[in-house]
Amino acid sequence: MAQGSGDQRAVGVADPEESSPNMIIYGKIEDIITKMQDDKTGGVPIRTVKSFLSKIPSVVTGTDIVQWLMKNLSIEDPVEAIHLGSLIAAQGYIFPISDHVLTMKDDGTFYRFQAPYFWPSNCWEPENTDYAIYLCKRTMQNKARLELADYEAENLARLQRAFARKWEFIFMQAEAQVKIDRKKDKTERKILDSQERAFWDVHRPVPGCVNTTEMDIRKCRRLKNPQKVKKSVYGVTEESQAQSPVHVLSQPIRKTTKEDIRKQITFLNAQIDRHCLKMSKVAESLIAYTEQYMEYDPLITPAEPSNPWISDDVALWDIEMSKEPSQQRVKRWGFSFDEILKDQVGRDQFLRFLESEFSSENLRFWLAVQDLKKQPLQDVAKRVEEIWQEFLAPGAPSAINLDSHSYEITSQNVKDGGRYTFEDAQEHIYKLMKSDSYARFLRSNAYQDLLLAKKKVWLL
Amino acid sequence: MATEGLHENETLASLKSEAESLKGKLEEERAKLRDVELHQVAERVEALGQFVMKTRRTLKGHGNKVLCMDWCKDKRRIVSSSQDGKVIVWDSFTTNKEHAVTMPCTWVMACAYAPSGCAIACGGLDNKCSVYPLTFDKNENMAAKKKSVAMHTNYLSACSFTNSDMQILTASGDGTCALWDVESGQLLQSFHGHGADVLCLDLAPSETGNTFVSGGCDKKAMVWDMRSGQCVQAFETHESDINSVRYYPSGDAFASGSDDATCRLYDLRADREVAIYSKESIIFGASSVDFSLSGRLLFAGYNDYTINVWDVLKGSRVSILFGHENRVSTLRVSPDGTAFCSGSWDHTLRVWA
Repeated sequence: MAQGSGDQRAVGVADPEESSPNMIIYGKIEDIITKMQDDKTGGVPIRTVKSFLSKIPSVVTGTDIVQWLMKNLSIEDPVEAIHLGSLIAAQGYIFPISDHVLTMKDDGTFYRFQAPYFWPSNCWEPENTDYAIYLCKRTMQNKARLELADYEAENLARLQRAFARKWEFIFMQAEAQVKIDRKKDKTERKILDSQERAFWDVHRPVPGCVNTTEMDIRKCRRLKNPQKVKKSVYGVTEESQAQSPVHVLSQPIRKTTKEDIRKQITFLNAQIDRHCLKMSKVAESLIAYTEQYMEYDPLITPAEPSNPWISDDVALWDIEMSKEPSQQRVKRWGFSFDEILKDQVGRDQFLRFLESEFSSENLRFWLAVQDLKKQPLQDVAKRVEEIWQEFLAPGAPSAINLDSHSYEITSQNVKDGGRYTFEDAQEHIYKLMKSDSYARFLRSNAYQDLLLAKKKVWLL
Repeated sequence: MATEGLHENETLASLKSEAESLKGKLEEERAKLRDVELHQVAERVEALGQFVMKTRRTLKGHGNKVLCMDWCKDKRRIVSSSQDGKVIVWDSFTTNKEHAVTMPCTWVMACAYAPSGCAIACGGLDNKCSVYPLTFDKNENMAAKKKSVAMHTNYLSACSFTNSDMQILTASGDGTCALWDVESGQLLQSFHGHGADVLCLDLAPSETGNTFVSGGCDKKAMVWDMRSGQCVQAFETHESDINSVRYYPSGDAFASGSDDATCRLYDLRADREVAIYSKESIIFGASSVDFSLSGRLLFAGYNDYTINVWDVLKGSRVSILFGHENRVSTLRVSPDGTAFCSGSWDHTLRVWA
């Protein structure tokens, strides 16, 4: 069994922060955002725009962003660039200055970049106390542009009910924040206010919008700070800080043992001894297979009479259910032995052919063994015995022809009576049928007539 | 242990360096076979025409993220499971819901349709895989006949019936895969080797084969012999979790989708990665992949809400499909290849053709 790379650290614990899937995304987006803001290497034009009565600092238009993405990430279709821009916004790295909904438009709408303090890669999981402080603080500011949206007002009302007992504390914190904010330069405040709002748009999104902070529970174990206490956006420390409820038990640390490495060595030696094909052969094989089946692929070659999903007509399925196979289907039986075995009608025709030659016991044996492997555990022993009696025991009614070596192995296996008792024999018979009976079937009149649609199928 | 005495002189360090040198030798051997790239040979293959694939059906009814889906052999019914514990069986052609059951746990991450079409299997945070026979008796409660089959020590991430209703193969967050007898619930074989959660598996399509492939959070894809429980081949080229693995229709290769935002093709005969499907503009992870019937197309659902359609041979992207409003979490091509179905965190499933 192969283990991971032979480094000294315990199995299953690489640097958890670096390898978590979320951090990988954040890293990629941060690269993009950093390049986008770099005016030395063709970044987007970030400007201060003069509006009616005031200035709008540090903004860039949607069009500029979309253009930049198309040029720098080799995107041909603007729709794709808009979609990527919207995702970067939804993740919290860029935001429209006049909208709570984090999406990207390919027009003159203004966007601003999020401050690194608020970046998702800092693993924020802000508590409702922080959110309450934020909403409360907003109500203390008299500016029209900072008025709460309906959903925010509703959220605030809910939080006031939930935190009724400690509302005084929250109010005080909010006041403290307002004081801090007032000390800042006017332009700087505009920018910071918008960034703070955008932060909350990510963590408390507008109802109906995707909450990009939702996690795939399977990946939660590798989060940063799994056991530590959550930090507050406003530096608030409380007595009863809750532990993050999302984190499941941490990875069990299992040290690599000598036995593990020995197994790995055995595995590696087996791989080195393996006979492998050259890429050129493999490529030819993959191409040949695909080309052979492309006419059968309904998503490439339109199905006849029609694709039911497109036409709403189930004619195609009705035809397939009937016992009359199309020429195309009959042709497919000739592609490989597995093809005829897979198709119920093909299998029946092959069986008929073998019966006409009084050699059907091979196929019947093969089918019986397939059936054996599908049995529930409790029925296996009985079936093994039945198959042995029918096909292999001295005087068996449908005796199959096995070489003495296979026969020896099989009779030994029968004593244990497990599901794989006849594996060796089945493989032997499969190869025999493939090279002999199957090849003759394809050359036979029975098959050729079907292929050329001269005759209908033999009815069983 | 008896072996300890025999190899007393071998230290952990000496064994590790032996393993390292063998790895180097293996890489050398494999490199000798790399005389050409797949996409180079595929240059002579005719390019595919324009692709117009649309949503033909939208299945609405789940109340939360759709996590998994599977097709019935009848080419139209599907089973889907979601975060809120609901498992629904639909006739996706008519979009009618035919059965629904609520699991006792949330995050039902795995579900599968039995080959007979008469039962479904599902599981998730309950660490189990349970089988529910499908009944059309209106008076019968589906949950009443539930049978608990598999027991793992962590979440169930994937399950699949073998070619019979009587055996189920499971993958789990506990790092193992296992084969179970449905009737008795007995463990038939377990598969150990992954160094972290196993997230996905797929059975080889052969009529005679007894192998399957699994992918996990250890970035490895491993091919297993179902009889012996041994890993017969392993591939480690992805840079993050492998969320999905699916065999190429001939069974000679398989594709994988990963959080590193790439899909890759591995050939079993060459014992190596033979193609990467990626783009600079695709930065979110691929959550699920499946091939079209001929193996020419690879459909991949991503965490950026889109589905990318790849030309398997040439390595280029043929089409990008928009429609879902949140992550695409699951994707399967129908049994006859006439369509594929995608499930998403936006609570819906879509059938595309």
